[in-house]
Amino acid sequence: MTTVKLSVNGKEMSAEVEGRTLLVDVLREKLGLTGTHVGCDTSQCGACTVHVDGKSMKSCSVLAIDVAGAEVTTIEGMANPDGSLSVIQAAFKEHHGLQCGFCTPGMVMTAAALLKENPVPTEGEVRAYLEGNICRCTGYHNIVKAILAASGQDVAAMAGE
Amino acid sequence: MPKDSGIGVASKRREDFRFLTGRGKYTDDVALQGQLYAVMVRSEVAHGKIKKIDTEAISEMPGVRAVFTGEDFSEVGGNPAGWLINSRDGTPMREPKRPVLAHGKVRHVGDAYAAVVAETLQQAKDAAEKLAESAVIEELPAIVDMAGAISDSENRVHDEIDDNLCFDWGWIEDNREVVDKALTSSPHVTTLQLVNNRLVPNAVEPRSSIGEYDPGTGEYKLTTTSQNPHLTRLLICAFVLGIPEHKLTVVAPDVGGGFGSKIYHYGEEALVLAAARKLGRPVRWTADRSESFLSDAHGRDHLTTIEVGSTMDGEILAIRTSTLANVGAYLSNFSTVTPTFLHGTLMAGPYKVPHVYVNLKAVFTNTAPVDAYRGAGRPEATYSLERAIDKLSRELNLDPIEVRKKNLLTPDQFPYTSPVGLIYDIGNYQNTLDKAIELADLKNFESRVKKSKSNGKLRGLGLSTWIEACGIAPSNLVGQLGARVGLYDAATVRVSATGTIQVMTGAHSHGQGHETAFAQLVASKLGVAEDAVEIVHGDTSKIPFGMGSYGSRSLAVCGSAMDRAVDKIIEKGKKIAAHMLEADEIDITFENGNFTVNGTDKSKSFGEVAFSAYVPHNYPLETLEPGLEETAFYDPNNFTYPAGAYLCEVEVDPDTGKVTICSFTCADDFGNVINPMIVDGQVHGGVAQGIGQALTEQTVYNEEGQLLTASYMDYTMPRADDLPFLKVDHSCQTPCTHNPLGVKGCGEAGAIGSPPAVVNAVVDALNRGGHAVTHIDMPLSPHRVWQAMQG
Ligand code: FES
Ligand code: FES
Repeated sequence: MTTVKLSVNGKEMSAEVEGRTLLVDVLREKLGLTGTHVGCDTSQCGACTVHVDGKSMKSCSVLAIDVAGAEVTTIEGMANPDGSLSVIQAAFKEHHGLQCGFCTPGMVMTAAALLKENPVPTEGEVRAYLEGNICRCTGYHNIVKAILAASGQDVAAMAGE
Repeated sequence: MPKDSGIGVASKRREDFRFLTGRGKYTDDVALQGQLYAVMVRSEVAHGKIKKIDTEAISEMPGVRAVFTGEDFSEVGGNPAGWLINSRDGTPMREPKRPVLAHGKVRHVGDAYAAVVAETLQQAKDAAEKLAESAVIEELPAIVDMAGAISDSENRVHDEIDDNLCFDWGWIEDNREVVDKALTSSPHVTTLQLVNNRLVPNAVEPRSSIGEYDPGTGEYKLTTTSQNPHLTRLLICAFVLGIPEHKLTVVAPDVGGGFGSKIYHYGEEALVLAAARKLGRPVRWTADRSESFLSDAHGRDHLTTIEVGSTMDGEILAIRTSTLANVGAYLSNFSTVTPTFLHGTLMAGPYKVPHVYVNLKAVFTNTAPVDAYRGAGRPEATYSLERAIDKLSRELNLDPIEVRKKNLLTPDQFPYTSPVGLIYDIGNYQNTLDKAIELADLKNFESRVKKSKSNGKLRGLGLSTWIEACGIAPSNLVGQLGARVGLYDAATVRVSATGTIQVMTGAHSHGQGHETAFAQLVASKLGVAEDAVEIVHGDTSKIPFGMGSYGSRSLAVCGSAMDRAVDKIIEKGKKIAAHMLEADEIDITFENGNFTVNGTDKSKSFGEVAFSAYVPHNYPLETLEPGLEETAFYDPNNFTYPAGAYLCEVEVDPDTGKVTICSFTCADDFGNVINPMIVDGQVHGGVAQGIGQALTEQTVYNEEGQLLTASYMDYTMPRADDLPFLKVDHSCQTPCTHNPLGVKGCGEAGAIGSPPAVVNAVVDALNRGGHAVTHIDMPLSPHRVWQAMQG
């Protein structure tokens, strides 16, 4: 067992971990941050996506000890300081970009990473960027719309509506 | 001015806030004091005799608290099929017992034959691995191929079933001869053999269950990923563990998608309950994705030959199908109704066809159980029919749109009794077809073909005009047909003293937005604000009863129950208001949230009446009980029949065979719509699953019964860049005639109507490109399309 210190959503936290403990298990089980989900065991679905030192990562594929000392942001840290939905979260709600909600935390984290890199993406760029995130409910239609809307574009026109 | 609340309004979903901020509560998010972890030990061979399981070998391992094998459950009952099907000769289906843990034999890769419970997940995994290493399982030949299975009496999935046949069903058997004759005398007969590819539902949340037992009270609690907690409770209590029904609470909290796979009761649910009782501590189990692939019920897996007899100008005279349907190693709960009554009864489609006969043989194999997956039987019927009609059109050199128009039922023909036993109440199939043609800008299609050609691509157009039957009912009819449950639903509307409302519904929301849409329904009917209404679902201790959500039944059946309960509230409210207003009950009208004496301005608001019901100072106590809470059970007298027309345009790259969906247009008739935003979302999701089936998804077992597609690396889920924006319209509405809301189901439409539209489009593209291809089996991978082009 080793003690790993992390800054999670701006709060200093520490947890006892084994060498094989994954970041996602620290978040979910040790810190009770169950918004980050596990949907697969082959690093394919993206439900576990978080930001580590500002970069989006699949927390199911990261060992906790490898990110000791890092700043981690999870879905629980994405709302505005007053608790209201951030622009991306609000766009998901406005455009019905979620149904069962299970892929949603990963989608929001990935969308945030995309818009940071590329503030005004094309539809094709959004779809390509979501390559590592699976949603079984929405057919991606409204997720893509929500992300385009969050980037300030006229999404109804882009979606041909 | 558009309305901003009520029926027909795209109210934003109230459930979204918790999901978007990481506050959803899914089963695996629930942490309990003293919890233990269960890990299932699963067969690595498809078929084998269990010779020895050495539980002693691991009992001393760190953290291990208990080990279970099939032996521990040999005395308890089996998990039954929900529907008894009789074969053509009148004999009942063969129904082998489905145990909690495999006993004596393992019958598919992933069949759980033991379970280990330990203090930590890692300890349980380590011990499970050790147990698997030491287990002796004598491998038997695997039965994988359906045709082989029914001709091979040496190898048996279940020793007592000599030909691996569950049943041989004819629908309708009395039609058989007439159909044979009609086909013989048809001027043209189109024959097509099709594979409806086996799919894995793949809700992104894996299955998960937590069992609790309170030795002090003898009460059990199961928290589980279920689409229908009451049904799960019923199955566990009445058939599997024999727990008294009032001693078991089943909670299905937030559930991350189901698509059918979470309807059924699975052995892991019984296991965690039994383990919790034995150990006196909560026991939890969560599947990893590989386990989900191996042990969730799969979908589809039909081999069909369809023959369509017609005149030379495309008028359909008769249809005959013959199908082998895989049920896998055990009968999952809906596995016998799905390929029969949810498939055969739809074989006339939206067409006026005089004669139809369906034969279906259900076959046991050493593969995971196969059951209802989004659409359940209806996608299989629609695919066979819509592909065959397309082939027929091509053979007769007729326009596939015209052939459909010639055969579609017309609005004056409803109610229409189909030759396969359904009574379609209402529809207007011409309208949805015209709408789809308009939205897809068909008049400019040829110029798009040219444009594609100039880019070196082959463009094609595919159509599917589909109908489905959902909200399966009524209970007395389904009972005659073999159902072992009723198919009604229930709702309780509880008004508080301050006029806020809780609605307890038997529906379960796992993505459908019930908390929002049902609140719209109740609020608009009672004239109160939407946020004064709370929808409670997914907990058997809070809800009167309910059959859950599947088969696109939630709004049509559960919503109708809610509507009835609200009617009762209004009736009682009128009595209370009449007393308060010193008027006659028959003179009271309820409108916009007020009880008013007709022709006067005397009225009481809903809130005032609610208050009076709980503080009955001025109240007709002699004739009326205090309180304002009503329950209704609703048993529909027919299915509902959504229908629509889907048009797909594809481009095929002739060099690689890669198919790109250029546009996909849906014109659906769902009757009245409560929340159009949610309905659009349901269609998007369904179509994406249908396009996944048509282009990317395939479940592959090899000859040894090993599942080759057991992860997201091998099973190709559709991703965002496999799909375009979809065009979805539901402005064509013929309200259902027999439920009080005039609604039909919308949850499965997309998955039902879309696969044939995609395949028809690809075949069209290839033919336009000079390749005389008649058919390609799904999924239309680049490799298959390219091969087809090589002739
Ligand atoms: S759980 Fe991390 S990618 Fe699926
Ligand atoms: S909303 Fe259910 S998986 Fe995406």
